[in-house]
Amino acid sequence: MISNRPANTVLSHLVLALGVLIVAFPVYLTFVASTQTAEQIVQNVPMSLVPGNKMVDNYRLALFGGQTTSGGRIAPVAPMMLTSLVSALVIALGKIAISLLSAFAVVYFRFPGRSLVFWMIFVTLMLPVEVRIVPTYKVISDLGMLDTYAGLTVPLIASATATFLFRQFFLTVPDELVEAARIDGAGPLRFFKDVLVPLSSTSIAAIFVIQFIYGWNQYLWPLLVTTREDMYPVVMGIRRMISGGDAATEWNVVMATAVLAMIPPALVVILMQKWFVKGLVDSEK
Amino acid sequence: MVIEKRVLFKSGWLPWVLVAPQLAIVGVFFFWPAGQALLQSVLREDAFGTRSEFVGLENFAALFADETYLASFRTTAVFSASVAAIGLTVSLLLAVMADRVVRFSTAYKTLLVWPYAVAPAVAGVLWLFMFAPSIGVVSYALRAMGINWNHLLDGDHAMLLIVLAAVWKQISYNFLFFLAGLQSIPKSLVEAAAIDGAGPWRRFWTVQLPLLAPTSFFLLVINVVYAFFDTFAIVDAATSGGPGKETAILVYKAYFDGFKAMDLGSSAAQSVILMAIVIGLTVIQFRYVERRVNY
Repeated sequence: MISNRPANTVLSHLVLALGVLIVAFPVYLTFVASTQTAEQIVQNVPMSLVPGNKMVDNYRLALFGGQTTSGGRIAPVAPMMLTSLVSALVIALGKIAISLLSAFAVVYFRFPGRSLVFWMIFVTLMLPVEVRIVPTYKVISDLGMLDTYAGLTVPLIASATATFLFRQFFLTVPDELVEAARIDGAGPLRFFKDVLVPLSSTSIAAIFVIQFIYGWNQYLWPLLVTTREDMYPVVMGIRRMISGGDAATEWNVVMATAVLAMIPPALVVILMQKWFVKGLVDSEK
Repeated sequence: MVIEKRVLFKSGWLPWVLVAPQLAIVGVFFFWPAGQALLQSVLREDAFGTRSEFVGLENFAALFADETYLASFRTTAVFSASVAAIGLTVSLLLAVMADRVVRFSTAYKTLLVWPYAVAPAVAGVLWLFMFAPSIGVVSYALRAMGINWNHLLDGDHAMLLIVLAAVWKQISYNFLFFLAGLQSIPKSLVEAAAIDGAGPWRRFWTVQLPLLAPTSFFLLVINVVYAFFDTFAIVDAATSGGPGKETAILVYKAYFDGFKAMDLGSSAAQSVILMAIVIGLTVIQFRYVERRVNY
């Protein structure tokens, strides 16, 4: 505290509280809507800002599917959550695995073509899936990977961020450790497994948080490579529920689904906040 | 750029085995499609997709003669400029306030960072719900104030909607970086300014903001990249590029032309242009951001 001006402190708290309110309002509204009936939302304009009493019904309907009171069919969200979870985990862990290996090779070995390898990985930093949609889709469909977990995940594992982060970290590991390992007769793989990977655990946690969210939140890619309802991730499932227009949409179920879709990544961020911040800051270095 | 290790392992084949998985994935899902995009951008397929002929730069010429593509460029420019300007201002304000308060600062941080976890598509749906012309809470409030909100008819309203949703989603990211930047400014500098009689306002403008310049520039580039490429889901969920084409940003148009209108040559040419833009932005980022000032 540099200067003590109570008025300023009060002002700061006011601005922050207002910021938190604005940031939280859309989510609060979503939660409230997920506890009311579809009729309450559509007919009472504006809808009540106090939670209703249909929470259990709405979430059961969203998770397991079934008939709504107006006769519409709701697709179950539980399998979509599972699809999202599996793909987010595969993407996060897959990235960590291949990045650890290639960063290890680039840092601890000198081999012909090393800078070419380094450069090839580096270039992928620049081109997100969004800019090469059609041709990547063609590759997937030629390989027969539409509607498979492989198609949903493997192309997204190809990214350089994690490799760079690990490379950055490996460069800070003292050389003495390698020498000590050598003297003790450990080969490169043994050194990797018993020394390097345990030392990297913080970086691994940080990358896991970032990449889990990245995988869970994918939208465009699943939109292209999935055609069957049982392969939809939940983020995409929500979008499909609102395609009928304001009146036809079962907003209560949509909002329950939105809350369900937000919970896993939000939990990861809040519970692993320390690593999350580290991951964000490190991956931008 | 490559810093060397003094001590290395020696093996002829092991490093290749180690990089093989990554190279395989990068090759199949990255270099191959990027090459295809380049190739396709100079070809034109006939209506049945059976034959294609080399047309040189015709696809690109057609694009730049196409009024809707130029309009999409302008849309993207307006969109990313608004997202960056509003997003950076709001997050900087919040970060300065959070840097100033002692009590509850961790709580504020936790409460402000989690929108990062919300999927862009979900963010689009949430904002759509608030602003839905017939049932939305905010559109009701706006009507009460005399503004007849309808983003399904009014292009400006639709643009404002996706800007707000995109900013909301990005605030947490900007906030974290601004806060880290502010906290890395030595306290002694700010204290010295205070001793010289500068009030908080003056200290912000003459000490903190100039020292934040590298962070701000870095965030500017990141926000432009975000607005260009990561907002597809927000646009698709909230407006689907509508009401007419008023919110069809470049990525959305590339997707639409490739998958809905099935104009592969044009979509590939658009992909190539997008790649050029990303590469340009990345080069700018590395050129200037790598030289980030360390205090």
